[in-house]
Amino acid sequence: MGLIEAIILAVLAASTPLLLAATGELVTERAGVLNLGVEGMMIVGAACGFGGAWLSGSVIIGALCGIGAGVLMSLIFALMTLGLAVNQVATGLALTILGIGLSGLIGSRFVGEKISLAPHLHIPGLTDIPLVGRILFGEDAFVYLSLALVIGVWFFLYRTRTGLILRAAGDNHTSAHALGYPVLRIRMFAVMFGGACAGLAGAYLPLAYTPFFIPGMTAGRGWIALALVVFASWLPGRLVIGAYLFGAVTILQLHAQGWGVGVPSQLMSALPYLATIIVLVLISRARTGGSTAPAALGTVFVPDR
Amino acid sequence: MPDSTPAVQHTGATPLLQTVGLTKRYGTLLANDAVSIDIWPQQIHALLGENGAGKSTLVKTIYGLIQPSEGEMRWQGEQMVLSGPSDARARGIGMVFQHFSLFDNLTVAENVALGLDGKESFKDMSARLEEVSRVYGLPLNPKREVWQLSVGERQRIEIVRALMQNPKFLILDEPTAVLTPQEADQLFIVLDRLKAEGCAILYISHKLAEVKRLCDTATILRDGKKVSTCNPKAETAASLARMMVGGEIRRVKAAADRQTNVARLVVNDLTLAPDDLHGVRLQHISFELRGGEILGIAGVAGNGQDELFAALSGERLAQDPGAVVIDGRAAGHLSITQRRKLGAAFVPEERLGHAAAPRMRLSENALLTGHAASGMVQHGFVNTAAMLKTVDRTTEAFDVRKASRDPEAASLSGGNLQKFIVGREILRSPAVLVVSQPTWGVDAGAGAVIRQALLDLAASGAAVLVTSQDLDELTEITDRIAVMFHGHLSEPMATVDASREKLGLLMGGSTLEQKEAAHAAGA
Repeated sequence: MGLIEAIILAVLAASTPLLLAATGELVTERAGVLNLGVEGMMIVGAACGFGGAWLSGSVIIGALCGIGAGVLMSLIFALMTLGLAVNQVATGLALTILGIGLSGLIGSRFVGEKISLAPHLHIPGLTDIPLVGRILFGEDAFVYLSLALVIGVWFFLYRTRTGLILRAAGDNHTSAHALGYPVLRIRMFAVMFGGACAGLAGAYLPLAYTPFFIPGMTAGRGWIALALVVFASWLPGRLVIGAYLFGAVTILQLHAQGWGVGVPSQLMSALPYLATIIVLVLISRARTGGSTAPAALGTVFVPDR
Repeated sequence: MPDSTPAVQHTGATPLLQTVGLTKRYGTLLANDAVSIDIWPQQIHALLGENGAGKSTLVKTIYGLIQPSEGEMRWQGEQMVLSGPSDARARGIGMVFQHFSLFDNLTVAENVALGLDGKESFKDMSARLEEVSRVYGLPLNPKREVWQLSVGERQRIEIVRALMQNPKFLILDEPTAVLTPQEADQLFIVLDRLKAEGCAILYISHKLAEVKRLCDTATILRDGKKVSTCNPKAETAASLARMMVGGEIRRVKAAADRQTNVARLVVNDLTLAPDDLHGVRLQHISFELRGGEILGIAGVAGNGQDELFAALSGERLAQDPGAVVIDGRAAGHLSITQRRKLGAAFVPEERLGHAAAPRMRLSENALLTGHAASGMVQHGFVNTAAMLKTVDRTTEAFDVRKASRDPEAASLSGGNLQKFIVGREILRSPAVLVVSQPTWGVDAGAGAVIRQALLDLAASGAAVLVTSQDLDELTEITDRIAVMFHGHLSEPMATVDASREKLGLLMGGSTLEQKEAAHAAGA
């Protein structure tokens, strides 16, 4: 396996959890809800995902446990912000703190254990094609799933009536309510979808990235997913660019540090953030009048009955 | 007032829609108190009443947005229970909202699709949208996003959306409040046509002349109760107003003689770029306002009135200090407080959140604009007694009704808070008063008090600039009127010469277009 091929494989693996979590958050935010608890939902997803896989010996069950944990976490958020109309920013931050603590508790008995990672696809003939074979046809299922998810979300948002209603709820909840749409129910499902994606993104880490669980292993990926949604101006297509760019620069700077490039390592570590921000800002400047933040993002809605 | 004798003869045997003893309670407040009305096909039925009389509650109940506490509705003689607006739409009840229920970042076609029940494909719906908008003469471009459109165009979306449901019964909540007279005439043609096609229409409006001209029946609500059902064509505007208010409205009287010699507010070639994405650019605005004079600025909302207010009040600074001159001093670069010290006072349009901080007490709100130029602050300390005295003086002079001596601003009704805000500025005896929409959403009684106060202030020698969308208000109190369109201000004309037609054309931008056409022809 050549170096370039190895790098690309590493990039795909590093980008997938970001893409998964950001896609879920994009749908949540498009419905008008700002859930800052992505990091918390991810880390609980990672602990439960590992636990599920270790106890059952099945990666699929592990992934389902991760998704379930993310959904449960997001339901706490939904209860607080949609049911009790509590401030979304504060609740999201609290959810992250809760998630970090909870994952330590759940994961404490799994620390030091090992599982076998999710198997990679192997199609005889196709996967063996030199250079592109491993990249296109030899990844783990999560990589394909994450890309399918982005396409699915794009189709849902822009080509289905339900997607239109979801965007409407995020643009102006008063109007959506006046037209008879159940704003809170729409938002609850959007929050749950975000939780499921974050939980899966978290579970990806011990199931397909490193075969063990350590507390705090999400290492801020949830925050990066949040930032990606903003810099992608809430458009699914740009999210893919942003996530892969971030993954690519992360891996490249690691290799560059390994080669002994004469730049302080702190600066190199900052590179992925800088590069992603610059590129996405340039993209959004080039196309004016495009989609901006959902107008009702982060606002509390209490229907008048 | 009894209404045992029907005002109009009806053709059908049963009304299309009846409400029987409809009551809606919010805690102890009775928003609707046993309201019974009959709506007949092929009729335009006006619903009149002051703000807070319960008009919006009633139509929201009929549209299924609110569940009644008591009473029932009958549709074509049979009891009707609505679980939500889609239920109402399924029966053929359509609604055009006062505050548009549109989505700014979605396209026209998407907005229309959201108001329908989604049984046809988006493509078929778009085709039908173009068809309906062509047939009724309401042109729309389905691909444009709503934020790019004018207020008139936005209302067209609402109307087309309602028409596409083939309504049997259409509710319109103050549809002409934001239209130019010509746009309103266009709307009346559409409504007459719908009526001829058999549709029943419930029409909410404050404009009594319009109601007399358009409507066959009128129901008047006051404090949640039905006061009367009458034929508006047989009533006078004054008699309708009396029923709405439940008493005489004070006539506003101007002082006979006023000195208008000193220029107190001068604006010289003011040009200002907007500070937000959807804002309007002010273009070479110039006018001179003398002491003792009231200048009105008419125009459809969103044509630069907010931007002009910000530039005059100092919320935004002009490029050139001489662009705004207050009492002979160049003030374009001065802050709001410095301008207040020169004797200027400002009343913005938005009562809660701009003119007053909702969760602060009235005395604190008085301090917020009065700190620079009165005894409320001494050596950097707040004088609470002086603050309360200001509240008391304002309360007495402007008949502000409130529950306690110094309540939170948000607890006052719209009319009373507006009286307080205008009164707070007027009692400082300003040399220049800039006021935006002084009686927007204010009941008739409070509106008369405020307009009289503005006239009295001008009579005392102050210069008053009033921005309003209510042409009747401007004709009643101003000496001259100018019209704002796309950030341009027309040459002010004497109010006596300003006909509705003339103002309406200017509000639609016709003079500007002619100017541009002439310019293009010359180039």
